[in-house]
Amino acid sequence: MTAPLLRVSNASKRFGGLLAVDNASLIVKAGGITGLIGPNGAGKTTLFSLISGFEPPTSGSIVFDEAEISGLSPHRRASLGIARTFQIVQPFAGLSVRENIAVGAYLHCRRRDEALDRAAVIAERVGLASRLDAPAAGLTVSARKRLELARALATRPRLLLLDEVLAGLNPSEVRDIIPVIKAFVADGITILMVEHVMQAVMSLCDHVYVLAEGRMIAEGTPAEVTREPKVIEAYLGPGAAARIASGAASHG
Amino acid sequence: MTSLDILAAAVLNGLMSGAVYALIAVGLTLVYGVLHIINFAHGAILSAAMFAAYLAFQAGVDPYVAMVPLALIFFGLGYGLQRLVIGPASHGDDRNILLITLGLSIVIENLLLAVFNSDTRTVDVAYGFSTLDLGFTFLALPRAAAFGVSCLVAVLLWILLAQTDTGKAIRAVAKEKLGASLAGIDVAHIYAVTFGLGAACLAIAACLLLPTYYVHPRVGNAYVLVAFTIVVLGGMGSIPGAIAGGLFVGVVESLSGLMFGESLGQLGIFVIFILVLLIRPTGLFGAKA
Amino acid sequence: MSVARAYGAIAIAALLLALLPVMVQSNTVINALVTAMIIALAAQGWNLLAGYGGQFSFGHAAFFGAGAYGNAILQTRYGINAYAAMLTATAIGAAVGAVIGYLSFRSGLRGSYFALITLAFAEVFRIIANATPFTGGAAGTLIKLQVSAANFQFASRAIYFWIILAIVTAVMFLMRGIERSRFGAYLVAVRENEDAAAALGVDTLDVKLKAIMLSAAMTALAGAFYVQYFLFVDSSIAFGTWISVEALLGPIIGGLGTVFGPLLGALALHFLGELAKAVAGRVLGIDLALFGILLVLIIAFARDGLQGLLTRLARLWRARRPA
Ligand SMILES: Nc1ncnc2c1ncn2[C@@H]1O[C@H](COP(=O)(O)OP(=O)(O)OP(=O)(O)O)[C@@H](O)[C@H]1O
Ligand SMILES: [Mg+2]
Repeated sequence: MTAPLLRVSNASKRFGGLLAVDNASLIVKAGGITGLIGPNGAGKTTLFSLISGFEPPTSGSIVFDEAEISGLSPHRRASLGIARTFQIVQPFAGLSVRENIAVGAYLHCRRRDEALDRAAVIAERVGLASRLDAPAAGLTVSARKRLELARALATRPRLLLLDEVLAGLNPSEVRDIIPVIKAFVADGITILMVEHVMQAVMSLCDHVYVLAEGRMIAEGTPAEVTREPKVIEAYLGPGAAARIASGAASHG
Repeated sequence: MTSLDILAAAVLNGLMSGAVYALIAVGLTLVYGVLHIINFAHGAILSAAMFAAYLAFQAGVDPYVAMVPLALIFFGLGYGLQRLVIGPASHGDDRNILLITLGLSIVIENLLLAVFNSDTRTVDVAYGFSTLDLGFTFLALPRAAAFGVSCLVAVLLWILLAQTDTGKAIRAVAKEKLGASLAGIDVAHIYAVTFGLGAACLAIAACLLLPTYYVHPRVGNAYVLVAFTIVVLGGMGSIPGAIAGGLFVGVVESLSGLMFGESLGQLGIFVIFILVLLIRPTGLFGAKA
Repeated sequence: MSVARAYGAIAIAALLLALLPVMVQSNTVINALVTAMIIALAAQGWNLLAGYGGQFSFGHAAFFGAGAYGNAILQTRYGINAYAAMLTATAIGAAVGAVIGYLSFRSGLRGSYFALITLAFAEVFRIIANATPFTGGAAGTLIKLQVSAANFQFASRAIYFWIILAIVTAVMFLMRGIERSRFGAYLVAVRENEDAAAALGVDTLDVKLKAIMLSAAMTALAGAFYVQYFLFVDSSIAFGTWISVEALLGPIIGGLGTVFGPLLGALALHFLGELAKAVAGRVLGIDLALFGILLVLIIAFARDGLQGLLTRLARLWRARRPA
C-alpha cells in the first residue's frame, strides 16, 4: 500500500477555553475526493486551517507526502502543493478576475504574460472566461466561489482543500459546478472537501469523515456514515437515532 | 527636604499630570472601542479646545467656569464631525478613516496656525501659583484641581455608560455593531455621540491644562502621542486601562524627568510605546485595522 | 497596456518637464520645482509601500531623515565624497526601513498600528537627533559650500532640477517595471487580502520587507538630495512630521497606487500652495490647511485622485469625439 498523501494524527486546537479540534485524525489517499462533514461549529474550518498552516496546532502532527509540515508557514505549504479555498470567500476585491487568478499562477512562473495566459486558461475551466476583465468586487456569489476555485487551481495543487464551495449556491448552480470539481480529480488533484450539501457529498466523495464538537466520530463511505447512529445524533440531537429507528420500524 | 520627599513629590506630581493624560486617553480609547478607529485628529481637537478656553479667558471667563459650556460645545462639534464628515467621507473603509482623521488634524492645526500664528501664549489666573502645603511638598492648586476634576469626569462617564440608555446603546454598538443595528439602535447616531464624548473629554482637559500650561496650535500633539501610548498600554478600547495607564505614564514621566532630564523623559515614553506595540500584541489583534 | 505605452508616457512627461527650466528662468520657480521633485521622490517611496502594498506609514520622515543626516554626516564628519555619501545614505535608509519593517511586520502590526509605530519611530529619531552632538544637536549640520561638480554642488539651480528629474524618472520606470512583475502582483495581493495571498503561496512577510526597504531607499535618497541642495539639515527638517505628511499627500491626491500619482500630486500641491499664498497672502499654515481639506475631499469623492480624474476626463473626451 502506498503512503497516504495527507495524514493528520491526533491534532488538537485550543482557542482560549474552547477545544475547537480535539485529538482528530484523518487520512487522505492520493486521488479522489475525501469528504469532511459535521454540524456547524464542529471545527471543520479550524481543521483546514491547521492543515493549510493558518493556525498552528496546539498538539498533533500533520504529514504531507511523508514529510511533517506542521511547523511550516501557509505559503510554504502552498508551494509544496496544498491549496485551500475560504469558506468566506476572500477575493482581491480591487483586482480583475484575471489578475486574481494570476497571483496563484505566479507560484510556478515568473513571467507576467505567462501568468496572465495561464489565468485565462483556468478561468475558462471554471466557467469565468466571460468575466476575465471584470473587477472581482462586482462578481455574483457563484462567480466568487468559482474565483476561489480558479485561484487555488492556478497554484497547481496536489491537495486541494475546499471549504463549503457549494454553500450559498442554488441547485442549478450546484449542478453546474460539480462537473468542474470532478474534472480537477480527473487531472490528478486530490481533494478534501467540507460540505453541507449532502447530495453533493454522496455523489462526489469516496470516503467521508465526520467531525462533531472537535472530535472525529465516524468515517466510512457516505452511505455508511449516514447510517451511523452517532452521526445522526450529532446532527439532530441525542436520542434522534433511536426515534428515527423506531419511527422507521413502526412505519415499516 | 529628604530625597524620599523629593521622590514622593515627583510621584505625586506624576499622578496629577497622569490624571489629565488619562482624561485625554479616555476620549481616544472610547472612540477606538466603539468605532474601532484611531482618531488621528485627537491632538488637533485638543489644541482647538485649548484655544477655545484661551479665548473664553480673554473674554473674561475663567477656565473652570468655561469648562461645562465648552464641553457641551465640543460634544456638538465632535458629533457633527463624525456624523457629517468622517462617517460619510470614509465610506466605511478603515484606511479611509485613517487618512480622513489625519486630514482633519492637518486642517484644524493649520487653521489655528493661520488665525493665531505660532506664538506661544499663556494665561495669568489669580490662583496660578497657589499651592497646598502637604508637609513634605507643596502642590500647585490648579494641578490638584485637574486631578480632582479628571477623576470626577471618569466617574460620570462610567455612570453614563453603565446606567443610561445611551450608555447601554454605546456598549452594545462597541460589542456587536450589526446586532445592535438589528436591535434598532441607530449606529451612525451612537458613533457620533461617542465621538462627541471624546471631544467633550478634550474640552475639559483643555480647561484643566490652561491655567498651568501654554497654548500653541501644535500643543495637542505632545499630549496625544502620550495618549496613544497610554491607550496601547492600557489595552485598546479599555477605559479602566486608559485611566490606569494614564496615571502610570504620568508617574513614569515624572520620575524619568527627575532622573534623566526633560527631553529624554519624553523619549522614554516613545520607547515604552514602541516596545508595547511590538512585544505585547495580545489585545492589539482583537480589532485588526 | 502595451509596453511602449506603459513606458512611453513616463518618457514624454519627463521630457516635457525637462523643458521647464529652459522656458522659465526665474530662480524662485526653479527652486519650487526642485522642492516639488524632491517631494515627488519621497512620495514615490511612500506610494510603493502604501499605495501598492497597503501599509500606510505615517512616519516616512524616519527614512527621509536617515538619508538627509546620513549624507550630511558622512560628508562633514568623515570627509566622504558627496556622490558616495548620497549612495551610502540611501543604503542607510533602506537599512532603517528593514529594521522598522522587520520589527513591525514580524509582530503582525498593520493598519492603524503600523501608522502609529512608524510615527513613533520618526519622533524618537527626531528627539535623538535634536539631543546628540553627533548630529549637530539642535543647531543642525551644515555642508560646506564648495561649488564643483565633483562635490555634487552646482552654480545653476536648473542642473539640480534636471538631476532630480532624472532620478524621479528612473524611479517611475522602476515602478512601472514593478507593476508588471511578479513582485508587483504579490505586493498588490498583500494589500488586497493578506490571508488569500498567503494561501496562494505568497510569502507576505518577505514581500512587505522588500517593499519597505525599497520604499525607504527612495525616500532616503530624497532626503539625501534635499541636504545636497540646501546644504543644511536639522532635526525638524529631517524627521519632522511635515515630510511624512507631504510624502503621503502627494500620492493620495495624485492617485494612490499609480506610477504618476506621486508626481502629479506633488506638482499639484505645490501649485496649489503657491496659489493659496498668492490669494491669501503669506498667512501661516493656509496652504497646509487647504491640502488637508483637499485630502478629505479626495477620499470622500474621488478615491483614485487626479490620475483617475484625468483618465475619466480623457475617456469622456474620446467618447464625445465623433467617430
Ligand atoms: N480564531 C478563533 N478564535 C476563537 N474561536 C474560534 C476561532 N475560529 C473558530 N473558533 C471557534 O471554534 C469552533 C469551530 O469553528 P469552525 O469554524 O472550525 O467550525 P466549522 O465546523 O467550520 O463550522 P461551520 O459549519 O459553521 O463552518 C467554533 O465554536 C468557533 O466559534
Ligand atoms: Mg466552517
